[in-house]
Amino acid sequence: MHIPDGFLDAKTWGTAWVLGGVTIAYAVTKTRSQLQERQIPFMGVMAAFIFAAQMINFPIALGTSGHLLGAVLAAVMLGPWTASIIIATILALQCFIFLDGGVTALGANIINMAIIAPFAGYWIYQLISKAWSGRTGMMAGVFVASWASVILAASACAVELALSGMAPLGTVLGAMLLWHIIIGIGEGVITVAVLGYLTQVRPDLVYQTSKA
Amino acid sequence: MRKEIWVLVILAVVIAVFLSPFASSFPDGLERVAEDYGFIEKGEGQEVVNSPIPDYALPGVVNEKAATALAGIIGTIVTFGVMYGIAVLIKGRAISEKEAMQQQKTSQ
Repeated sequence: MHIPDGFLDAKTWGTAWVLGGVTIAYAVTKTRSQLQERQIPFMGVMAAFIFAAQMINFPIALGTSGHLLGAVLAAVMLGPWTASIIIATILALQCFIFLDGGVTALGANIINMAIIAPFAGYWIYQLISKAWSGRTGMMAGVFVASWASVILAASACAVELALSGMAPLGTVLGAMLLWHIIIGIGEGVITVAVLGYLTQVRPDLVYQTSKA
Repeated sequence: MRKEIWVLVILAVVIAVFLSPFASSFPDGLERVAEDYGFIEKGEGQEVVNSPIPDYALPGVVNEKAATALAGIIGTIVTFGVMYGIAVLIKGRAISEKEAMQQQKTSQ
C-alpha cells in the first residue's frame, strides 16, 4: 500500500510529513536507549529480510495481489520503536531507489506502515498473548496482530486518500478493507511462520517489555 | 551472528534473487482501489526524484526476470548496510547507563 506522489493533496501529505517525522525522531531516541549494540546486526538482517519479502507479491483474488508488510514481525523481535525505524528505513529506500512510494507521500506511508502497523499490532499481540498464555496464545496473538496491522494501516491510508478528495471516505475505506482483510491473512500466515521459527530457536532475541 | 540469524540472511537472499522474478504482477490492494475508483492516473508521471532502479527492474538488463533478481539482491544488500549504518549512528558512542553498570558488574 505504498502511496505514490499525486494521490495525496498538499495539506494531507504535508501534515503527514510533520506527524511522521516527529514520531520517527522520537522513535530514534527510544531506540537509542532500548537497542543493545549486539542487536545491531540482527536489526540489519531483519530489515533486509523484510525488504526482500515485501518484493514478493502474492495473488489474492480477482486480479489483485498483496505482499508482506512485516511490522509485527519486526515489533515482536525488536519492539515497536525499533520496528518503526526499520520499516521507515525500508520505505525510504524503496521510495528513493525503486520509485516504490512517493517522496511527498513518504510521511503518510511512514505513518501507516511504520507507526500505526507496528504499534497497533504490537499492542494487540500483547493483549492476546497475555490473556492466552503459552506458545499457542503467543502465535494466536501474532496472527491476529499481523492481520490487524494490515487492516489498520490500510484504513489510515483510506482516510488520507479521502481527505485528499480521491474518493468519498465510505467508498475508499470499504474498498481498501475488502482487499486488505484478505491480504492480512497472508501477513498473518507468513509472520506466524517466521516468528514460529525465530521464537523457538532464539527466544533470547524476543523483545521483552519488562527490562529489569 | 549465530546460525539462526544466518538462516534469515540466506532466506532473504533466496527470496530476493529467486522468488522476486516470479512475484505476482497483479496490482496491489491500493493500486486496485485507485484503478476501480478512477484516480490511478493521478499517481502517474508525478515522480519527484530520479530513482536508479524504478519499479524493481535494473535498467540496461534486457531479461525482465534477471533485472528483477538483480534489483532484489542489490536492494537487500543496500537495506542491510543502510539499516546497520543507521543503527550504529543511533547508538553512537553512548552506552546506556544500564549497560555501563552491567559492564562494571561483569568486570568485577
